Amino acid sequence: QRKESLRSVSVDLNHDASLLIDIPDALCERDKVKFTVHTKTTLSSFQKPDFSVPRQHEDFIWLHDTLVETEDYAGLIIPPAPPKPDFDSPREKMHKLGEGEATMTKEEYTKMKQELEAEYLAVFKKTVQVHEIFLQRLSSHPVLSKDRNFQIFLEYDQDLSVRRKNAKEMFGGFFKNMVKSADEVLISGVKEVDDFFEQEKTFLLDYYSKIKDSTAKAEKMTRAHKNIADDYIHISATLNSLAADDMTANKKNLEKLSDLFEKFRKVEGRVASDQDLKLTELLRYYMRDIQAAKDLLYRRARALADYENSNKALDKARLKSKDIPQAEEHQRQCLQKFDKLSESGKKELTSFKGRRVVAFRKNFIEMAELEIKHAKNSVTLLQGCIELLKSN
Amino acid sequence: MDTTLTSDVSMKPPSDIMNDPLIEPMSSQTENKPASEPSDDFFDLTNNVSVVAAAATKSDDFVDILGSETGAQRGEVVKADVTVEATIDKSEVTAGITDPLSQQEAKQTSTAPVIDLSGDSQPVTSKIANPLVDLFSDAPPAAEAKKPSSANVDLFDDEEGSDIFAEPLQTKPAKQLQKSLFVTAGGPLQDSKPANIFSQAAASTPSVTSTVNSKSNGVHSEEEGDIFAEATVELSLDSPRNERKKEAIAKPSAPTPTSLPAAASLTKPQPPLEEEEEEEEEDKFDIFVSVKDPEKIGDGMNAYMAYKVSTQTTLPMFRNKTFTVRRRFSDFLGLYEKLSEKHGPNGFIVPPPPEKSLLGMTKVKVGKEDSSSTDFVERRRGALERYLQRVVNHPSLLQDPDVREFLEREELPRAVSTQALSGAGFLKMINKATDAVSKMTIKMNESDVWFEEKLQEVESADQQFRKLHALVESLVVHRKELSLNTASFAKSAAMLGSAEDNTALSRALSQLAEVEDKMEQLHQEQAANDTFTFAEMIADYIRLLGAVRGSFDHRMKAWQRWQDAQSMLQKKRETEAKLLWANKPDKLQLAKEEIAEWEAKVTQYERDFERVSATVRKEVIRFEREKTKNCKRQIIKYLECLLQSQQQLIKYWEAFLPEAKAIA
Repeated sequence: QRKESLRSVSVDLNHDASLLIDIPDALCERDKVKFTVHTKTTLSSFQKPDFSVPRQHEDFIWLHDTLVETEDYAGLIIPPAPPKPDFDSPREKMHKLGEGEATMTKEEYTKMKQELEAEYLAVFKKTVQVHEIFLQRLSSHPVLSKDRNFQIFLEYDQDLSVRRKNAKEMFGGFFKNMVKSADEVLISGVKEVDDFFEQEKTFLLDYYSKIKDSTAKAEKMTRAHKNIADDYIHISATLNSLAADDMTANKKNLEKLSDLFEKFRKVEGRVASDQDLKLTELLRYYMRDIQAAKDLLYRRARALADYENSNKALDKARLKSKDIPQAEEHQRQCLQKFDKLSESGKKELTSFKGRRVVAFRKNFIEMAELEIKHAKNSVTLLQGCIELLKSN
Repeated sequence: MDTTLTSDVSMKPPSDIMNDPLIEPMSSQTENKPASEPSDDFFDLTNNVSVVAAAATKSDDFVDILGSETGAQRGEVVKADVTVEATIDKSEVTAGITDPLSQQEAKQTSTAPVIDLSGDSQPVTSKIANPLVDLFSDAPPAAEAKKPSSANVDLFDDEEGSDIFAEPLQTKPAKQLQKSLFVTAGGPLQDSKPANIFSQAAASTPSVTSTVNSKSNGVHSEEEGDIFAEATVELSLDSPRNERKKEAIAKPSAPTPTSLPAAASLTKPQPPLEEEEEEEEEDKFDIFVSVKDPEKIGDGMNAYMAYKVSTQTTLPMFRNKTFTVRRRFSDFLGLYEKLSEKHGPNGFIVPPPPEKSLLGMTKVKVGKEDSSSTDFVERRRGALERYLQRVVNHPSLLQDPDVREFLEREELPRAVSTQALSGAGFLKMINKATDAVSKMTIKMNESDVWFEEKLQEVESADQQFRKLHALVESLVVHRKELSLNTASFAKSAAMLGSAEDNTALSRALSQLAEVEDKMEQLHQEQAANDTFTFAEMIADYIRLLGAVRGSFDHRMKAWQRWQDAQSMLQKKRETEAKLLWANKPDKLQLAKEEIAEWEAKVTQYERDFERVSATVRKEVIRFEREKTKNCKRQIIKYLECLLQSQQQLIKYWEAFLPEAKAIA
């Protein structure tokens, strides 16, 4: 049930029953996470209707990169690659907890450990979810779902043995990014011919910087909630030992307060994790998705620049009356590519907009409902405790 | 009416016998009263008494006692013997006094309304009757084993339920029995009021008291003598030696025997006060003190904070029902210094004020109007208010003239000893250091398990409270962080909303920003609640637990003094034995005298110790009861604030929900 709510967290997918993908299982080995990718399909392009394969994070990256590099998909928003599993934060916390064990009571330590384990599990689940969502977005895309590499990824029952990128490639990737951003600056000088894309460009650039900021702020906010939940654990434990030593009538007051804080930390913990899932994760995902949309705009701008260059080349050829047919052919191809890109890009961006609005709506409603639910829970706890104290 | 009776009684006893016990309570009156007690009745009384005191001062004995300490000691021992005879005399006198007494009592019950009586008599009783009360409470252990002392405790427990004053009838049957005891005691103290106290006690647990009395009646002369001797012993012990020393340290405001009366005053006046509290439910006291309007006066490093201290009271001991004075922080500390010096050694838990904070105050002085300095000022204001309220809620401390002066007097002499780096402060530091050293070196083999257990409880509670305080402080930090982060997210969400091109989503985002803005407010208020209601309560208890430990320390010191005297006595006895062996009759006489002297001291100190122990025990029980009540009230207040913020939170999100649903 929890998984279900998690799954719908970031994206709204139109489920196509002909190709259903999920990750029912994953195994964490040190830094590596092994996902079991399960496919159910009615498509004849697959050999079997139901099969599972083991995949690693690197395989997902490979799939993403091949899609990005496929010329034919230049006019599509390639779903953002899932982020690398990051267990550093809970691991570091676990380490700190081990160091601070001496300063805590046994009970306190156990609770903190439980809390960290839960956090670890949540990170793990989230990791599985983003990988799953990546595949689901591919499977629900009319063009990408038919990609050959995607089908291999799903079907090939051996280890894909995708190499980890070596240092040179890593540097290459970095270099490519540099070139790209330099290019972006260059391209931004190209005069836009289409108002739609002009607007989209301004919008996406602005929106990206805003959503990036919001994501960071939401992350901080969520973490602060988590800290408070952790404080409640310690406060509850200390109140408890205070009550244990107290031989007066005050014992009961302290015990009740300790109980309340113990329940409170669970509620506060849920508030934190729900906010993380419904708000932070949503923003985080759309930040990456908008980056993917920006990449589409970049590719189109690149094509536009190519087309304009081909125009210039044709003019030159005509002027020199030399190689005119080749130049015409090149110009025609560039135009065709650009038009095709523009057309599919327009469609992709429009659908992206719709998808974003739907996802935000869904998550906002769910978040508000969860906030209300947790607050009501707290109110009940508080009222009960106050009544108990007063009647005592 | 008081006056005539008092003078009557006081004049009767032959002065050579009575002057010793007489002098002490009187000198206390003459010094205390005129300043603080303008009530008519009282004033008359004081005048009268001071005359007697003046008369008594002429007596040689008196001079003797005050003049030389050793002389005083010897004098007392002798006196104890004399008193035995005197009491026999007295029992005859008793008959004579009985009448005016019962008359007076009848008058009081008939004329004065019940509650007034308690109000009226209290200030007076506690001051004047103290020695008597002390006498009474101390008498049992001396008189016959432990039984009476347990009766004493019973007295307190039982009294909570029964209304003492409402049933004057009940006093009658017991009265007859008491009279003999009372009058002998009351005689030397020349005050009519003790009768009240006494009948109070009798009324509440008539059976217990009467057994005590009948016992003392049975062995009349001896017991009375004993009791009497005690009174003398205690008075002379506490006053000439300790108090005079204190006076020498330039503490003119500390009247000579105040510490003793105050100690004694707990035994009686407390129950009625408790009762009032119980009757009127919590939160209702006869006196409310508020500390308001903190104001920075002056500039730079010489700046200080002044507060408005307003008192609201129905107690007749105050001239007005409401009054306001202006006090600076050091005045509060000065009051504490005075109170703890006077009442601490007797085992009282004197509520401590908030500590001086150089850092916090420097910030205020520099005049930075940031949140941390307003936080600091508000914290301190609250702490000062709770501190004062605790002081006035304490039945004995309320009686202290310094407390009244603090609350009422327009101008207060500047408290010097609280200066952080003054010479006095330095001296105090050294004193504290030596205290700490002696605390470590004193190894007390505790005879009373109760104290041992309590001390352990207090120490572990202190530790836990400190931990809890640190945790709540970190909660406050995190809550403030959350508030800050929520605010910045709200801003960011508003920006995102302005960037969003879908109208409904844009609207929803800016609505979300508004909700988060309100959340920020809630978190901030909650952080304030965490600080002022929760953390400050804990800080109070850390301070109070320190005071509780202080009272244990004073008890230990009393014990140490007793032990030292015992070993000294042992030495003197050994000397005597040696002299006996060496056959030196000339020196033997001196040795014998010394032994007698130290025997008396041992007795005194043992009783001192027992008195301090009894006070500490009562104080700790009172502290625990107050703590339970106060904690509960404070916790409920804290939770109600949390509840409110959660309810507010629900409202905000519920208002947001339709906005989210309207996104299309």
